[in-house]
Amino acid sequence: MLRIRQDLVDEIVAHARRDHPDEACGVITGPAGSDRPERCIPMLNAARSPTFFEFDSQDLFRLYRDVDDRDEEIVVIYHSHTATEAYPSRTDVQFGSLSPDSHWVLVSTRDPDEVEFRSFRIADGEVTEEPVEVLAASPLSEAAPESSPSQ
Amino acid sequence: MAIEVRIPTILRSYTGGEKAVEGKGDTLADLFADLDARHGGLRERLVGGDGSLNRFVNVYLNDEDVRFLGGIETPVSDGDVVTILPAVAGG
Repeated sequence: MLRIRQDLVDEIVAHARRDHPDEACGVITGPAGSDRPERCIPMLNAARSPTFFEFDSQDLFRLYRDVDDRDEEIVVIYHSHTATEAYPSRTDVQFGSLSPDSHWVLVSTRDPDEVEFRSFRIADGEVTEEPVEVLAASPLSEAAPESSPSQ
Repeated sequence: MAIEVRIPTILRSYTGGEKAVEGKGDTLADLFADLDARHGGLRERLVGGDGSLNRFVNVYLNDEDVRFLGGIETPVSDGDVVTILPAVAGG
């Protein structure tokens, strides 16, 4: 189960719309061990492609250093599909298996009016869709202590 | 002195859970062979059948992607820090 605030969902969708027809990608980080997405970090798609995405390697290095320095983890890895459904492709499964601890969020922008927003776990080449619970947007400093950790 | 190698979560099963291990060698290829002697199977996750770096991992010497240095033949020396990260990509 992915629990995610409405404003973060909106931010991902806005990023995906902005970069359409190329795929958009990014992460949401949160406190280490919390499984709670809090800080959305849009990343550059180094492939600048409608069918592929890739974090620039130097950006990735800086991202990990930043996440470590802040004692955070990468809770969500997101990207968009621009002509197909929001379901992991074969390439997604290959790369996603390397990040089994992150929720793999997919957004499809194939329809200009409707949004598909889905979340998956990918591990050992297996895809498992999970429910998404959207929480009301709220100031995170107040909300954080009350949020329950993932089960 | 030795070379510190930082291991991503996904590969810590090869290092007994350790986040960082030490190794030695004159090049990255030597270093990975040295690590593999103590952490069997690790090299196979980093290097493909043709001897080049696996596309699913990014390897950095200090803070530079080794693909922009000398790839698997990049020279390394005592005091260097090698960081391995899973590539984030898809389709």
